[in-house]
Amino acid sequence: MSQAEQKKLDLLITGVGGQGAILASDIIGKAAVTAGMPIRAAETHGMAQRGGSVVNHIRVGNDYGSMIPKKGADLLLALEPMEAVRYLDFLKDGGIIIMNTQPIVPVTVTSGLTKYPEVSDILDFLSEKYIVKAFNADDLAYEAGNRLAMNVVMVGAVSGYLPIPKETLLDSVKALVPQKTIEVNLRAFEAGRQKVEES
Amino acid sequence: MTMREYMLGNVAIARGLLEGGVQVIAGYPGTPSSEIIDTLAARKDRDYHIEWSVNEKVAMEVAVGAAWTGVRSVVTMKHVGLNVAADPFMTLAYAGTKGGLIAIVADDPSCHSSQNEQDTRRYAQFALVPCFDPSTPQEAKDMLPYAFEFSEKFEVPVIFRPTTRISHGKSDIELGEIPVEKPAPNFEKLLDRWVMLPKNARPRHTHLLSIQQPIEDALAESPWNSLELKPDAKFGVIGAGIASAYAKEALVELGLDVSYLKIGVYPVPRKLILELLETVDAVLVFEELEPIVEEQVKMIAQEAGIEVSVLGKNNGFVPREGELDVSAFLEALKKTFDLETEAETSGTSLELAPRPPALCAGCSHRATFYSMKKVFGKDAIYPSDIGCYTLGIQSGTVETTLCMGSSISVASGLYHAGEKRPICCSIGDSTFFHSGMNSLLNAIVNKANITVTILDNRITAMTGHQPNPGVGYTATGEQTVQVSLEELCKAMGAEFVSVVDPYKLEEIQEAFKAAKEFEGVAVVIARQPCVISGKRAGIRRTPYVVDPEKCEGCKQCVKFGCPAIEFDEQNKCAVITALCSGCGVCAQICKFDAIQEVKR
Repeated sequence: MSQAEQKKLDLLITGVGGQGAILASDIIGKAAVTAGMPIRAAETHGMAQRGGSVVNHIRVGNDYGSMIPKKGADLLLALEPMEAVRYLDFLKDGGIIIMNTQPIVPVTVTSGLTKYPEVSDILDFLSEKYIVKAFNADDLAYEAGNRLAMNVVMVGAVSGYLPIPKETLLDSVKALVPQKTIEVNLRAFEAGRQKVEES
Repeated sequence: MTMREYMLGNVAIARGLLEGGVQVIAGYPGTPSSEIIDTLAARKDRDYHIEWSVNEKVAMEVAVGAAWTGVRSVVTMKHVGLNVAADPFMTLAYAGTKGGLIAIVADDPSCHSSQNEQDTRRYAQFALVPCFDPSTPQEAKDMLPYAFEFSEKFEVPVIFRPTTRISHGKSDIELGEIPVEKPAPNFEKLLDRWVMLPKNARPRHTHLLSIQQPIEDALAESPWNSLELKPDAKFGVIGAGIASAYAKEALVELGLDVSYLKIGVYPVPRKLILELLETVDAVLVFEELEPIVEEQVKMIAQEAGIEVSVLGKNNGFVPREGELDVSAFLEALKKTFDLETEAETSGTSLELAPRPPALCAGCSHRATFYSMKKVFGKDAIYPSDIGCYTLGIQSGTVETTLCMGSSISVASGLYHAGEKRPICCSIGDSTFFHSGMNSLLNAIVNKANITVTILDNRITAMTGHQPNPGVGYTATGEQTVQVSLEELCKAMGAEFVSVVDPYKLEEIQEAFKAAKEFEGVAVVIARQPCVISGKRAGIRRTPYVVDPEKCEGCKQCVKFGCPAIEFDEQNKCAVITALCSGCGVCAQICKFDAIQEVKR
């Protein structure tokens, strides 16, 4: 594998509108530029996506389009369990899934139209074909000081797999989160990183 | 030293406009185009005029006025916006410009946030103007200064057509210089150019046709088209716009030795196409939406008498609708070479609950729709419009959505057709200013008997909270006149105008009852700021909780559909989550007085 090949990574971030998927993707994107790597990303926009299913494509070391081909993603970062399953077609066979186990129940479920699958069933299903690292990132964020830092916990969790130095990612976190939440977010990042390193 | 920054495509487009020396920017918000003006309006060191106009036609005309003084101007919108602005645009092509004029019209293949998938390149063909079709956000930025120069050279407006994946794609972008010197405006009184009466329009049409070939020749030499001929290749690929990036990625990945033509600007480069066609037996055309390049390639082949198979959308090799990607290109290649295609399955037995986008917790539109349904009932007809409130389809109060501003006119049409059922239509504040005003005026003058609900959340929420004439400030945050919806409606002749707070269920339901009884056009203005912009502006309300002792588990509050209300199946009791914004509507719905404000 050439140097350039090693630095290529296709990552999919899935979640629910309002969870901070775009900020998570921005942290990685900005860090990639600082590290001098080409980067492409595609994201779901619009107020109407609040509460809706969202997906971000991130392609580190890529010069072409921003959309990851089917079965092209090396990694799937799921901010929500059900959303881990929804976009599986994009993940390579044997790819890595890093998943937040905290469900967000859609209105279609609260209003009694459908059921939310058991998180344990989701985990069993995903583990059949993929490498799964799952934990409750909402709790880790809460321990770090703010539940809203869940997205940064997840960036920390994926950070070990990215071809970008940790320090560069941390600088990017500092630059992009609100000034007064920097400390909380740095703790959140470390908590996520540690969780995956331990597993 | 070169500067690289990580940017959203629309931010890169805004940067490209600055690098091109833009002086006047006007537009109407519409996903995926909105962030271009948001970005430029937020800059501190502005030496340009920028505005959110009330609709795309008006925005186009503002840009035209500016360009006729010799300065560079731009108008932004989404694809369907050009339908609104088509009237000035088609004639502008005849009159032409002095300063460069770019109409940025963002297309949305796959309808990520749109009511249709129309292809703006057809408008470019229709109007006989050049169209720039970037394949990456970097190219989008780089094309804009070129497009301004091109527009000035030929004194013709140009279209710039990003697609969703350009506008909302992100990428590392290499920045260029922003010019400091800009020309002073100087309106030249060229009556034969600026007054399109028939005597002047006829020769301008002739002129426009006469510059088509020079335009095509100039563009063929531009860096946006490129041809890579492989000496022995008998198969060629033509990729256009963003689809060219998908095709290129797949070809490089597969290591295929085929000739490749990338097209980034129209009219298509006849010369390059001929060069390609003369060397191959078959060519696959890969482009999003309409088969525009494909049709041109067929025409060129036929005119030149070249025997070549042109594969693409018309013969089913590439899908005609929706968004393309690398996988779609691989599929097309497999069909071309008659290879087996493997069935795509993720093989899940898990039933995933659908997660449609929903109105926010505490959104006042939900309360308005709830009351509307209560008063007008199941039997009534509910025409609606385009905005966040279209999500009211989940409340059963959105039964038509055609285009911006159409809800009131569709309601009128239903009534005049003889519908006897009550008709209650809904439209947002921004949409009302956009083109709903004309429809209301028409409904009143022509004596429709309908209820018009203006969902006034004091902002253009869906596209990212842009100001409209009702909010009292401009795109740059400067204070301005705050237009009164109620006075406006009265001035148009509305005899029933009621302004209500949708969070007060009794109040709004009384208004709806009176409106239903009213003979003629009744206007109910349901006013409550958008929960998101309200929160940002410092509105803090006390959240609510369910008292499990009092909750009977009737699920009335759950059925209301607020994302902050869940049902605890184990304890048969409703639960209000941290999402609660404190609107208090559920407390009014609860018959058992089980929902109370959190005690401090």
